[in-house]
Amino acid sequence: MKEKMTAFVLGTLFSVGLGVSGMMDPIKVQGFLDAAGRWDPSLAFVMGGALFVTFVTYPFIVKRNGPIFGQQFGLPTKQDIDKPLMIGALLFGIGWAISGLCPGPALANTLSFNIGVLAYIATMFIGFWIHKKVTA
Amino acid sequence: MIIENFTPIASTIGGLIIGLSATLMLLFNGKIAGISGISKGLLAHTGHERHWRALFVLGLIVGGGLIIFFTPENTAKVTHAPILQMALGGLIVGFGTAMGNGCTSGHGVCGLGRRSARSLSSVVTFMAAGFVTMFIMTHLLHIARF
Repeated sequence: MKEKMTAFVLGTLFSVGLGVSGMMDPIKVQGFLDAAGRWDPSLAFVMGGALFVTFVTYPFIVKRNGPIFGQQFGLPTKQDIDKPLMIGALLFGIGWAISGLCPGPALANTLSFNIGVLAYIATMFIGFWIHKKVTA
Repeated sequence: MIIENFTPIASTIGGLIIGLSATLMLLFNGKIAGISGISKGLLAHTGHERHWRALFVLGLIVGGGLIIFFTPENTAKVTHAPILQMALGGLIVGFGTAMGNGCTSGHGVCGLGRRSARSLSSVVTFMAAGFVTMFIMTHLLHIARF
């Protein structure tokens, strides 16, 4: 129960951060990726701010025996830099530029009922599903 | 070089809030705050694993709703974005992040924070792919930016 409440509160906090940062607006994301045109460097500051916090805090947290709620950390175990990682990242970058949205800002924009955003969310889940089917 | 729409202070503050959420997610729940991974897991898991994911996503929607209500200028103003373009982007992002195990949050904010070599490879690749795709779209194909 505590874990679920925490997940809800932290999901909310995450979105508020996205909103304050300006990243819920695809114009700002495309503006960042268009470095050869009229460039908006803001996204680098979002990443810098977020990374500053995680880079400093994560090493201390993982030294603990486990999280405050639950038994153990659910951290990724894969180490190898393989083809699916690289091809997946390549595809993600392409789709990110085309739409100006990555998954977080898209979901945060749900209640705007913007038809383009809703189409993105629907096809993103279809993409998850197709991947699940082809790798099953 | 022409700089426009630059919001360094708001973006840094927003970034710090995102980082705080990711930090508390690891500290309290022991989970990586990777949005594509959490969303993708909704399709794969049942029981508790599905419930916390659903609540995190619900939180994202509610938090976004607060932004939309109080500061609508910070949200997707794009109403002229072609639906097909957004749908195509979503499909490629969904498949790509499922294949590559993460996006800007999981590999970027969390993975780099963990000093993961896989995440660094991913971030460099998707950033480069984003810049090249944007260059091709706007400067070679002359597709208007939003």
